[in-house]
Amino acid sequence: MNNNRRASQFDDPFEEVREKAGFGEVADQDDPVMMLLRLKDVRKTAHNWKTFRSGATPGRIVVPSEVNIRETRQVPFEVDPPEHTDYRALLEPWFRRPNEQAYQEKLTALVSELLDEVLHRDKVEVVGEFALKLQSRALTLLLNVPMEKSETWISWGTHVFRSEGEALDAGKAAILYDYIDNQIENASRNPGDDLYSVLLFADYQGRKLTREEVKGVMVLTFAGGRDTVINAVTNSIAYLAEHPEHLERLRNEPEMVGKAVEELVRYFAPLTHMGRVVSEDTEVCSHAVKADTRVSLCWASANRDAGTFEKPNEVVLDRKINPHVSFGFSHHNCLGATHARQILRHLLVGLSQKVSSMKIRNYEENIEEWGEFRRKVGFHKIEVAFEAFTK
Amino acid sequence: MARITYITNTDESITLEAFSGSLMELAVQNGVPGIDGDCGGVCSCATCHVHVAPEYMAIVGEPEEIEMDMLELNDDVDEYSRLGCQVQISEALDGITLTVAR
Repeated sequence: MNNNRRASQFDDPFEEVREKAGFGEVADQDDPVMMLLRLKDVRKTAHNWKTFRSGATPGRIVVPSEVNIRETRQVPFEVDPPEHTDYRALLEPWFRRPNEQAYQEKLTALVSELLDEVLHRDKVEVVGEFALKLQSRALTLLLNVPMEKSETWISWGTHVFRSEGEALDAGKAAILYDYIDNQIENASRNPGDDLYSVLLFADYQGRKLTREEVKGVMVLTFAGGRDTVINAVTNSIAYLAEHPEHLERLRNEPEMVGKAVEELVRYFAPLTHMGRVVSEDTEVCSHAVKADTRVSLCWASANRDAGTFEKPNEVVLDRKINPHVSFGFSHHNCLGATHARQILRHLLVGLSQKVSSMKIRNYEENIEEWGEFRRKVGFHKIEVAFEAFTK
Repeated sequence: MARITYITNTDESITLEAFSGSLMELAVQNGVPGIDGDCGGVCSCATCHVHVAPEYMAIVGEPEEIEMDMLELNDDVDEYSRLGCQVQISEALDGITLTVAR
């Protein structure tokens, strides 16, 4: 599966079409998607929630569409203002906890422990044996549940309810949905200080959230931060394995870690795009679009827009101006972004302090197909040998 | 040194002192409500939007194009809007008042 390209090179398949037409077209289960490729169009469309709705049939703004495999509305992801604004206000304080000192100390310990597990081994399959574990263990902090819970989530494998670029899998969705139903039931009987309990007892517009709403938040929390975080972690490791000078720089200039995270997230864009349903006949990118059709906001393409980014296809680790859209844009920007950023910051710090070099042994790329575009989003597998850093 | 006052969304006035860094960094380090600085200061998140007191706008200066593009899609934008991460603190800013955007 390996080719001449370096493992950590992520080409931009959208460049030519972005510059010429500004949009591409993706067929998807008889509900085609007009994919917007330019940064300014992506931002304007994300901002205009009245014309480009998220509160459509549950699953329809996701590409490939999930309307045939789920009915639960993900909250606040598939809700528009004004309800969206009230849900966000309720959830924001909880999802900003990763900025607290105590939370970060736990993340530091978690990353350190995981690195110790892999450092003495000949090789490690990073997707399944590192990134999945890191994502799952860190999720226990976000949910404020015991670390043992992560063992179940790790046992599910890398994809909770869909395999990238492959057919949607309703069977996998049922595993997650049944699990969440059970956890909500347990929390209602024995409330604690975990996210399930906090949601069950929260006040929303003067009433309690319904079970279905709680489930909608939990499904979003599990699913939205799964493949995305796993890809970001895996790709960052691949990148630093092939750029030891950058690992060295992070060791010597730890104050650069924040900028490095933003740049890696820009370059990798762990989520390629997200859809919206058009509410009225309109025009976007000088092209007419009909009501009740779909457009998508292609974060991955927008992040390489040369109109805004200098050297868009290079990782400039200390890029100072970096208005990427990897966490989305406007009202629906990623609720888990604070958590994701902290995972990546702690990962880079941990790697720079504990690892002197990493060697990639073998890998299998994960290539998505969107109409005429083939985009590498990460790896199915990547074997890496970690060399410990000794002072 | 510069004395910098932030007016929060609840009309609380917080005055801080600094020699260097950005208006966002100073606010985040001191927990000024409404300034989050999620992206760490690379002009990606617009969670450090402030309105500069008009008499200081000439000193602070107009936003560059990339910052302007971020601001123009903000519902609370006006001619005195800046992203705090893009304004470096210097003595010239001494006495400035910034109103945290909604």
